[in-house]
Amino acid sequence: MQMKKSVQNLKVISNVKLNDDHHLLQLHTPDQLESIVPGQFANILADQSQSIFLRRPFSIHAIDYQKNIISILIKEVGEGTRSLAHTPVNSSLNVIFPLGNGFSLPSSKEKVLLVGGGCGIAPLLHLAQVLSKGANDIYILLGARSAVDLVELDQYAIYGKVFTTTEDGSHGEKGFVTDHSIFGNQLDSFSRIYCCGPEPMMKAVASKAKANSVSCEVSLENTMACGFGVCLCCVTETIQGHKCVCTDGPVFNINQLKWQI
Amino acid sequence: MADLSTIIHNIKLKNPVLTASGTFGYGVEFDDFFDVNLLGGFIVKGTTIHPRQGNSYPRMAETSAGMLNAVGLQNAGAQYFANEIYPKLTKYETNVLVNVSGSTVEEYVACAEIINELDHIAGIELNISCPNVKEGGMAFGTSCPSAAAVVSAVRKVYKKTMVVKLSPNVTDIAEIGKAAEGAGADSLSLINTVLGMAINAETRKPVLSTITGGLSGPAVKPIALRMVWQVSQAVKIPIIGLGGIMNATDAIEFFLAGASAIQVGTANFIDPLATVKIIDGIDSYLNRHKISAISELIGCLHL
Repeated sequence: MQMKKSVQNLKVISNVKLNDDHHLLQLHTPDQLESIVPGQFANILADQSQSIFLRRPFSIHAIDYQKNIISILIKEVGEGTRSLAHTPVNSSLNVIFPLGNGFSLPSSKEKVLLVGGGCGIAPLLHLAQVLSKGANDIYILLGARSAVDLVELDQYAIYGKVFTTTEDGSHGEKGFVTDHSIFGNQLDSFSRIYCCGPEPMMKAVASKAKANSVSCEVSLENTMACGFGVCLCCVTETIQGHKCVCTDGPVFNINQLKWQI
Repeated sequence: MADLSTIIHNIKLKNPVLTASGTFGYGVEFDDFFDVNLLGGFIVKGTTIHPRQGNSYPRMAETSAGMLNAVGLQNAGAQYFANEIYPKLTKYETNVLVNVSGSTVEEYVACAEIINELDHIAGIELNISCPNVKEGGMAFGTSCPSAAAVVSAVRKVYKKTMVVKLSPNVTDIAEIGKAAEGAGADSLSLINTVLGMAINAETRKPVLSTITGGLSGPAVKPIALRMVWQVSQAVKIPIIGLGGIMNATDAIEFFLAGASAIQVGTANFIDPLATVKIIDGIDSYLNRHKISAISELIGCLHL
């Protein structure tokens, strides 16, 4: 059964600095974790300050159901994420989770492509973790500005074949993720593409998926105030009108969106 | 346990804590978090006679101690509310009010007529103060004659408690309050959001798709307190205070300024349990000050 959303104070049991601006936080939940679908997210309260008022939403990066641990990958982009990234071990964070709907999963073995860019790679680890249990053939393509910005490649490699692109060519193929040779060569051999990252990147991936008639789901990151469907601030245009990214998404099939692709 | 009960016209509230329209969905969104029946009541999202898509994204900007929104009354329309949502609300034992809005007097009336047929709805909150719609909304709440016109027109068709929600974007809110009272309002709620704006200096663009939006959160609390105080001096009908209430102390300040009940709004986004904490905190305050009932606090500011 899917876990009900709740507000909890979770203890930070580890905080590892992965590079200049990425931190990996492990949060321990006192209760046994029920099923959380890859793509669901947590809305975390940062210490309030002059520029921090609202919670900050993060994809659930990985889960250890045996030890009741949730991992959150934080990229420092502003004051809120900076404050959360530097949360000391043994302190606690106030978290609302799990929120939103996750990626749809194949019912039988499939060949799938996961494409992530920037901090959009976060939900793809949990997704790969779950997909690997179904013995799927998993290809993971991760893009970043430079080799130093690519984090946790060894973790992704546990679950699938990892490919990379960097804008400066310092790791993997040079260019954006959509410049990768995987897109030039039998993209239709994949039955699904899952994608998360900056919107222009997701649109470029969606356009290639559409051209090759491959099913594609994207995870959107619209700014939101509540995260559970009451403020109606995070809407995206869909074929059924405005839908909340927090409760109707964050994962959408590209056919539902009104993207010009 | 002190006596937290309060009365807004014909509505008896077991405690003075309501939720602000547009911050509490249809109540059901909070079922996972806590028993919504613990509230004195809740006010569901702004409802209009015709379905509204609302404004384009982006609709929100975080600001110092607050946020701007420009949702623009997105809702599926009064008939959809009556047919599809209302049946889900009859399970609640606490008071449920519906926030009613429109672009013309006729639209307000038509919407109120539909809500009037719903037995389980304790009252309406007439929204003459939404800053995020092109027509109607706030325009009705910024002059005495137009406020009186829409209030008296709805009064003719709506039989139960009618609260009128006032805009702070006026020169003299007490005058608007008096006009609404004179036109048949049973209660006034204030304040709606304060018109504001956010700019991204890097892109040199406005943050909101609508350029301007409504400011809420602690940033507006001093304005709201001042206005509740001014209006409470000017009218005899009960006032429901709102604007930046984050905790019980904030709520107490509104009672002292003259509010008979309060609404918690933006705080619901940050802490979905804010309302229940506020109810407990009001009780603790009364016990600590050896006050037996909340009614003894209302308007009792020491001058």
